[in-house]
Amino acid sequence: MAHSQQEVLAGLAELVNDETGIAADAVQMEKSFTDDLDIDSISMMTIVVNAEDKFSVKIPDEEVKNLITVGDAVTYITANQD
Amino acid sequence: MKQLQESIPVAHTRIYALGAARGNQVVSNDDIAGPIDSSDEWIRQRTGVATRNRAAEDQSMMDLAVEASKEAIAKSGVDPSEIGAVILATISFPYQTPSGASLLSELVGAQGAAAYDISAACAGYCYGIAQADALVRSGLCKYVLVVGAEKLSDFISPTDRTISFLLGDGAGAAIVGASDHPGISKTIWGADGSSWDKVGMTGSILDFRDGKTPWPTLTQEGQTVFRWAVWEMSKVAKQALDAAGIEASDLSALVMHQANLRIIDEFAKQMKLPDTVVIAKDIVETGNTSAASVPLAMHRILEEKKVTSGAFALQIGFGAGLTFAAQVVELP
Repeated sequence: MAHSQQEVLAGLAELVNDETGIAADAVQMEKSFTDDLDIDSISMMTIVVNAEDKFSVKIPDEEVKNLITVGDAVTYITANQD
Repeated sequence: MKQLQESIPVAHTRIYALGAARGNQVVSNDDIAGPIDSSDEWIRQRTGVATRNRAAEDQSMMDLAVEASKEAIAKSGVDPSEIGAVILATISFPYQTPSGASLLSELVGAQGAAAYDISAACAGYCYGIAQADALVRSGLCKYVLVVGAEKLSDFISPTDRTISFLLGDGAGAAIVGASDHPGISKTIWGADGSSWDKVGMTGSILDFRDGKTPWPTLTQEGQTVFRWAVWEMSKVAKQALDAAGIEASDLSALVMHQANLRIIDEFAKQMKLPDTVVIAKDIVETGNTSAASVPLAMHRILEEKKVTSGAFALQIGFGAGLTFAAQVVELP
């Protein structure tokens, strides 16, 4: 079942929290994963793989580097869900 | 008509003994952080590496290989003249030919043994154990010396932020021979050539000769390798357990290629290992030594008496190629 943008944001915030301990409400659309949330490349990949499972979406390696902000990830996931 | 004679197979094999050698200098994170604009904290957090052993100019890859091999031979009690094959897994022997294994066989008293190098990067030692198991079981060799040895510090760039700062120098060696019970399970191995360029060199030596590239050094696409190393390799590890006919709870130890502590931790999570399984973490002090890392890590947990001889360890190597090999072994 397709998830709404709001659901994807909430789910992604949970995954970020699980991996890094960052409070879920700090994970907002305009936040940059690296500059604002200080998420390193390995944690980012862990979040990506977990997001693939959670939202039934494929996020290829070459796409991961385009996911600069939380909004980029939410938009990509919402648009590419099975 | 006469029938050809064949070698006479034996039923089982095991690792008799291990040997280890580490680079003679301890290099701290502070020693290398400057050129990559980093810090001790940053390196520890992202990789788990606190120090790495590196060989000084007066210590070659072959010196390390000989030291590790002599320990393994001495501990095994095997007469080196009875070694039927010497297999050296390395990416850092600085000659295109002859092989390092040929010289190594001479230096450890295994004159006349078949000798060859294998190029399977960080999977090389586990490839070598697969071959040793097959060579002994087929009856072609009585004993096989398998060595993973690297002087990676000859192939690193001080300013590379992808892999160089993780790397160390060392060698690990094993003697494999016949056994009255199974001591090496069926190896699950392979390569993914579609990802040939994900870990490798910054250029070829021909490009270097022609002035098209600086001295080639190691590099990797970290995120891609991380995904593959954790989520694909944990599937391979589970296949190796299935092939061995055991469960994770039957293991005493997990001895993975020491690529990065974050890979090791996430991999162990995916494997859902019980707390009783010792997870080898030699990378913290030794760094990533490519083909040498699995035997060095196993040697350490044996030396530290965290595991006992006769127990089962799952060992898995994976790296450039992308190559991989996993098998369950009885600890020597």
